[in-house]
Amino acid sequence: MEKKIIYMDNAATTPVKPEVLEAMLPYFTEKFGNPSSIYSISAENKKAITDARELIAKTINTAAENIYFTAGGSESDNWALKATAEAYETKGKHIITTKIEHHAILHTCEYLEQRGFEVTYLDVDENGLVDLDALEKAIRPDTILISVMFANNEIGTIEPIAEIGKIAHEHGVLFHTDAVQAYTQVPIDVEAMNIDMMSTSGHKINGPKGIGFLYIRKGVKIRSFVHGGAQERRRRAGTENVTGIIGLAKAAEIATGNMKERTEAERAVRNHLIARIEKEIPYAKLNGDREKRLPNNVNFSFQFIEGESMLIMLDGKGICASSGSACTSGSLDPSHVLLAIGLPHEIAHGSLRLTISDETTMEDADFVVDNLKQIVERLRSMSPLYEDFVKKNS
Amino acid sequence: MYSEKVMDHFQNPRNVGEIENASGVGTVGNAKCGDIMRMYLDIDENQVIRECKFKTFGCGAAVATSSMATELVKGKTIYEALQITNKAVMEALDGLPPVKVHCSLLAEEAIHAALWDYAEKNGIKIEGLEKPKNDISEGEEEEEY
Repeated sequence: MEKKIIYMDNAATTPVKPEVLEAMLPYFTEKFGNPSSIYSISAENKKAITDARELIAKTINTAAENIYFTAGGSESDNWALKATAEAYETKGKHIITTKIEHHAILHTCEYLEQRGFEVTYLDVDENGLVDLDALEKAIRPDTILISVMFANNEIGTIEPIAEIGKIAHEHGVLFHTDAVQAYTQVPIDVEAMNIDMMSTSGHKINGPKGIGFLYIRKGVKIRSFVHGGAQERRRRAGTENVTGIIGLAKAAEIATGNMKERTEAERAVRNHLIARIEKEIPYAKLNGDREKRLPNNVNFSFQFIEGESMLIMLDGKGICASSGSACTSGSLDPSHVLLAIGLPHEIAHGSLRLTISDETTMEDADFVVDNLKQIVERLRSMSPLYEDFVKKNS
Repeated sequence: MYSEKVMDHFQNPRNVGEIENASGVGTVGNAKCGDIMRMYLDIDENQVIRECKFKTFGCGAAVATSSMATELVKGKTIYEALQITNKAVMEALDGLPPVKVHCSLLAEEAIHAALWDYAEKNGIKIEGLEKPKNDISEGEEEEEY
């Protein structure tokens, strides 16, 4: 019998839904035309892209012309930061972001720092939330951009985006948000939230990999990311990734259409996981905010043990998860997010992230906790840190 | 990413545990970097290692190298044990990924640290054994949840 796989790493990537694949397939073969060509098979593709753009625009309450298709989250982040920095550098060279951003933001900021920009990296509190007062105080006359992620990919904390957007606009500063994890998990209204730019990715929402979009509010001066043809209003040239765009739109349609019921179901399984782990596994700490939290995110630190060991043992039971331990990152430092919320290194090494989907059942959750309990116990029985702790407290 | 032998020693580690009143105990590594190894040796009057146990906080490779190291030192004299290098531990495990080589170094250091403790307790000098580096971060408050 084939071992059942329980996939709890949906923040890393998600499978393409069958309906999404079905929508994409014709565009690989019979509908292969280049959307820029004149004949009818191409005109149909141009229309399909236009429809996709309109559909996606509606999901975030904007106009289709503000949606720019990209290769995904990292490209969108790179584009938003580099191209606004370049376009606004005569106004100022100061950017504000946070310490818990994705590396696509942090490393782009470092790149800009090497080119004469100044970046303020805001601290977050122990739950991963940005302090609005600190944000407002960090704004200077030469601040051109604030970039704060909508929700954190590791600990699931949802930032006060509407409040940040309001502050940014009151000060005449552009506001970008990396919504890769939040899109279709949380209702997003770029108008109400004063968002000027927003990055998303297809493969996090049961769409294909290699596609995403950057929303850019009309009127934002932003340099072209790829020079060439007239695609994406000349701002990102290159023949469109038609299959990807069709897949992204279909995935977005499904995920926004069922957002309420789906996230309610996810929240129930998430809360069950959290409740059982807190009740049944001692010396476990929930990372991230309890309330302002993505419906599909669970992140715990288990004291005295190390994350990679946990992952290998979970994999042995058919459970796919991830960790912020150094060993899973290829460096000696654990996750920058866990350090930013104030965890000591050794606790950060023992973190485990479980990210569920609407297909995760309560039985799956129970199976994971049952196994996790044994694994944590076993690793603690082998841990010199636990031995010291027990001796000290006996 | 790991060899079958590494996986075997991770999933079925040999000689996990403690030795009461051990002849020598060595703890090396650093919780900050995510690896701590503790090795217990029981050494008889002929300076032969009768028993060896370990406890390790760390990744799969750290557990596997600890397990293999205990297997390699058991039954050896202290001088033979001193000759066991990290390379020997790695070879016995059919290799380690490059980022995990430091785990095998930790295993070698753990053996040395336990032997040093034995030598100190017995007031003897083991030829060729240098005082091991003990880089465990001290003084940090223990956090409880």
